Amino acid sequence: MPLLEIENLTVQYHTLHGAVQAVRGVTLSIERGRALGLVGESGCGKTTLARALINVLSRNAAITGGAVRFDGVDLLQLSGEALNDYRWRRIGLVPQAAMDSLDPVYRVGDQLVETMRLRGGLTPAEARERAARLFALVGLEPTRLRLYPHELSGGMKQRVVIAMALALQPKLVIADEPVTALDVIVQHQVLRTMRELQETLSLSLLLITHDISVVADLCDDVAVMYAGRIVETGSVREVFAAPQHPYTMGLRNAFPSLRASSARLVPIEGYPPDLASPPNGCAFAPRCPFAVQRCWGDDPVLMPTGGGRLAACHRAMEADVLRIQAPQAFARLEATGSQAVEGGAPGGGIP
Amino acid sequence: MSQLLEVTDLRKEYPLQSGMLSAVMGARRVVHAVNGVSFALEEGGSLGLAGESGCGKTTTAKLILRLLRPSGGSIRFAGRDVAGLEGLDLLAYRRQVQFVFQNPYEALNPRFTILRSLLEPLIIHDIGRSLTERVERVAMALDRVHLTPVETFFPKYPHQLSGGQLQRVVIARALLVDPLLLVADEPVSMLDVSIRAGVLNLMRDLSRERKLTTIYISHDLALIRYMCSVAAVMYLGTICEIGPTAEVIEHPRHPYTQALVSAVPDPDPAQPRRPVEIADTVPTPFQLPVGCPFADRCPQVMEVCRRVRPALLPEAAGVHVACHLYPAGTREAH
Amino acid sequence: MSGSERAAALPQWTRAAATWRDALLVTWAVARRDRFALAGLIIYAVLLAVALAAPALAPYNPLDLNYRPDGDVAANEAPSLSHWLGTTNLGRDVFSQVLFGTRVALVVGFVAAFGVVVLGTLVGLVAGYYSGWVDTILMRLADVAFGIPFLPMAIVLVAFLGPSIWNTVLVMTLLLWRDTGRVIRAQVLSLRTRSYVEAARVLGASHVRTMFVHIAPNVLPLSFLYGSLAVGWAILTEASISFLGFGDPNVISWGFMLQDAYNSQAMARHAFYWFVPPGLCIMLAVMAGFFIGRGYEELLFPRLRRR
Repeated sequence: MPLLEIENLTVQYHTLHGAVQAVRGVTLSIERGRALGLVGESGCGKTTLARALINVLSRNAAITGGAVRFDGVDLLQLSGEALNDYRWRRIGLVPQAAMDSLDPVYRVGDQLVETMRLRGGLTPAEARERAARLFALVGLEPTRLRLYPHELSGGMKQRVVIAMALALQPKLVIADEPVTALDVIVQHQVLRTMRELQETLSLSLLLITHDISVVADLCDDVAVMYAGRIVETGSVREVFAAPQHPYTMGLRNAFPSLRASSARLVPIEGYPPDLASPPNGCAFAPRCPFAVQRCWGDDPVLMPTGGGRLAACHRAMEADVLRIQAPQAFARLEATGSQAVEGGAPGGGIP
Repeated sequence: MSQLLEVTDLRKEYPLQSGMLSAVMGARRVVHAVNGVSFALEEGGSLGLAGESGCGKTTTAKLILRLLRPSGGSIRFAGRDVAGLEGLDLLAYRRQVQFVFQNPYEALNPRFTILRSLLEPLIIHDIGRSLTERVERVAMALDRVHLTPVETFFPKYPHQLSGGQLQRVVIARALLVDPLLLVADEPVSMLDVSIRAGVLNLMRDLSRERKLTTIYISHDLALIRYMCSVAAVMYLGTICEIGPTAEVIEHPRHPYTQALVSAVPDPDPAQPRRPVEIADTVPTPFQLPVGCPFADRCPQVMEVCRRVRPALLPEAAGVHVACHLYPAGTREAH
Repeated sequence: MSGSERAAALPQWTRAAATWRDALLVTWAVARRDRFALAGLIIYAVLLAVALAAPALAPYNPLDLNYRPDGDVAANEAPSLSHWLGTTNLGRDVFSQVLFGTRVALVVGFVAAFGVVVLGTLVGLVAGYYSGWVDTILMRLADVAFGIPFLPMAIVLVAFLGPSIWNTVLVMTLLLWRDTGRVIRAQVLSLRTRSYVEAARVLGASHVRTMFVHIAPNVLPLSFLYGSLAVGWAILTEASISFLGFGDPNVISWGFMLQDAYNSQAMARHAFYWFVPPGLCIMLAVMAGFFIGRGYEELLFPRLRRR
C-alpha cells in the first residue's frame, strides 16, 4: 500500500468571478521512501493540491470531493487534534517562501525548539537536544542555532526550514518550491542535502516545483500537472526520456539546455485555460498540435499506458510517433499562432 | 571592428544605511555593488552577464541605462561618455538604449491602457507627425511581437494581460524608438516555463533582424548560452571570466565559473554530473578582501589569492580570466 | 482597420481626463458597497441642492428684519407657520439663515478641501520624487505645520488677514495640507522604485513628466481620500472660527448662527429652534465627509474591512 493516496481530489476557490476549480479530480499516490516531483506552471493548482493534503487551505477555498489517505486513514475525515497529529507529526511541510517567514527577532534555534515544544509536546531539554541533532542532519553546525535569521545565507535559512519540517520525525515531507529563491550553487547543495536526508531517513517526499530540472535532480517519480489535472505520471527517467503527453513533450523543447548548443527553442503557444470556466474537452487541446476532433469534446482521463505509467491523452498509444513529430508540430503552431486565439483568457490563475 | 559600448573600470558604491549602533560608533561603511567592471561590446554583439543575486549585474545595467550614476570609471557609448550627458544629449541617448524589465507585471503603468503606454515613447521623442501615424506605429509594433489582433490589445489595462503578453508589450515599447542597444534584465524569470521560449525566440529574432546590440542579464547560464555570443561571469561586483559563450561554459577556467556551471541542474536525469563543491557563506559586498573576492569560498585557494587581487587577463581561446591559477607567464601572448 | 479608423476610435481610451471619470466610478463603487458612505453622499447631494436653490427656497432674506403685523420687530418668535424655525433676537428668519448657511459651509468645505488636495499632493509628489534636501525642507515644513496648534493659529491668521470666508479657506489650506503631503510623499517613495517609473525614465520622460503623467494618477485616489476628510474638517473649523466671533459678520454661516444665538442668551431662554438646527447641520455635514472618507479608505486598503 502506498504511503499517501490521493483519490479524485477536487478543490474550489470562491472568487468574485464565481467558483474556480483549482484542482479538478487529482488521483496520485506516493510510495514509501520515494520522492515524487509534482511539476506544473503557476496557477496549475500544484500548491493548492499540497495545501489541501493537510487541510491548510485559505478561507475562500474548499475541498469539494475526493479522499486523501495516509497509511489508510482518510485525512479529510479528521479534524482537531487527530488532524494535527497527522499534520505536523507524520507529515512535515516546507511551505513556499518559508525561509522568509523566519521571525527576524528570535534566534533560529529558539524558533526550532518552540516548534517542537508546541507541536510535539517535547520538554525544553529534549527539544534543545534534538534541535542540535537536526541541525547536524541538515548540514548546519549546531553553533548556528544561536544565530538570528539575518546572519544566515539563503541556503542556510532553507536548511533551517527543512529542519523544522523534520523536527517531529514525519514519514512524509511536502516541500513547496524549496529552492526557487536560491542561487544555483546553493540550490544544488540544498537539493543534495534533501536527497541524502530522504535516503537516510527513508522519508517519502513530495516536491512541488515549476522547474523540471529540479525534479530530474532529486526525484524518483514525477507527476506533471496542467490546469488542475495530472496529465502524466511515471518514473522520472522514463517520463523525461519518453514523454507520453503532448504537454510534457512540448516542455522538453521549451527551455534552453546548458550542455547542448543552441537548436531553436520551441515554445508551447497559447495560455492555460481559465479555470473559472474549464473547457469541456481536454484542457490542453487549444495548445496541442496533435488535437483531434475527440479531444475538444471528450476530456481524457488518466489511464495506465504500461510499465506503471499513466497518461491522460486520447492519443497516448501513438506517443512514440507523436514524440518524434513534436518539435516540428509545436514549431508550426508557433508560426501560425495557437488554435484558440482568445480561447484561453489570460490571468486565469488563482488569485 | 567598432565598439558600440566600452565600459572601463566601472564602479558604484553605496553608503550603507548604518544601524543605530554604527551611527553612534561613527563607522561609515560602503557597499561596493560594482567594483571595477570592464568590457567592450561591438555593434551587433550580444553579451550575457551571469552571476548570482547580489553580484552587481543589475547595478551594472542600471549604470549603463543612466538610471544610476557611476562612482568611478567610465561608460562610453558610440565614443561618448555617458556619465556627462545632459538635456537633449541625454534624451538622444535614451532613444538609443532601451531596457526590458525583469518583472513585466510592474513595468507598465497600471493606470494606462496598452495603447497609452505605447504612445508614451512616441510622444516623448516626438516620433510620428500625427496621432494617426503614431497609432499606426504602435499597431505595427504590437503586430511584430505577435500580439494580434492588435485592436483587441489597445484598450486593455496591464492587469488584464498575462505575464507573457505583458513582456511582449514591454519589448514592443522598447523597440518603438528604434534603439541601438537593448538591455534585458532576467527577461523571462517571472514567466512560466511554457511561455519563456516564445519570448526568448522573439527577442532573438528581433535582435537579428534589426542588428540590435544586446546585453542579457541572467542567473541562468543556459539562457545566456541560447541568447549570447559572449558571456561574462560576475562575482561580488567584478567580472571573473569573460569570453565566447560556448568556451566559457564548456571549458570554464575560473573556479567560480566551474562551480556555477557544474551546479546547473540538467533536465535530462540520465546526464551524469560532477559538481564542484564550494562553501556556502554569506558574501558581503562591503569590506571586500584585499585579494581575490572569491578567495573565501575557493576550493583551490592559494596564499597569493588573499594578498593580491587578480587582474582580468587574456588566457586562451579568447577568454579573459581573473585568477592566479592562470599566471601571466603561461598565457597566450597578446 | 486603417490607421485613421484606429485614431477615430481613440479618445475613449487616451484622455488623461480619464482620472476624473475614474474618480466618479470609484465614488460610485464606494457608495454601492458601504451604506454609510451612501448616506454621506446623499447628505451631500441634499446639501448641494439646498445650497443651489437657497434663494428660491428661503421664504425671507436671512439678513432682513421681519415685522409683526402690528409693526413691531418680530424678535425671538417661536416657530410658527410664517417662521418655521422662529426668528432671532433681531427678527431674522432662522430657517432662511439655515438654508443660506449651507452655501457657506459647502463653499468653505469644498474649496478648502480642493486647496488641501492640490497643495498636499504637489508637496508630496515633489518631496517623494526628488527626495534628498528638497524632501528634507518640505517635510520639516510639514513638521512645523503639525506642531502648530490648529484652531488658535487659524484664528490668529484670520484675525490678522481680516475676517472673510476666503481668508478662512486660505488659512485652512495652509494648515491642513500637512496630512495629505505626508501620506502622498510616502506613497510616491514606494511608487518611485516601481519598474514602470524607471521605464518612464529609460524612455526619456523628463522629471516633470514622470511625476505628473506617470506617478500622479497613481496617488490621486489617496488624494481624494484625504480631500473628502478635509471637507468635514474645513466645515467644522469654519464653524468654530465663526462661533468664536472671528468670522465674516456679513456672511450667514452655521457657526455665525450659533454665535449669534449664544450671545443673545438663546440657550438660557431654551430657544432650541434657533441653535439646534445649525448645530445639527454642522454635525451632518462633518459626519457625511467622514463617512465618505471611510468608504474610500476601505476601498483603497481592503484589509481594514475585516477589523
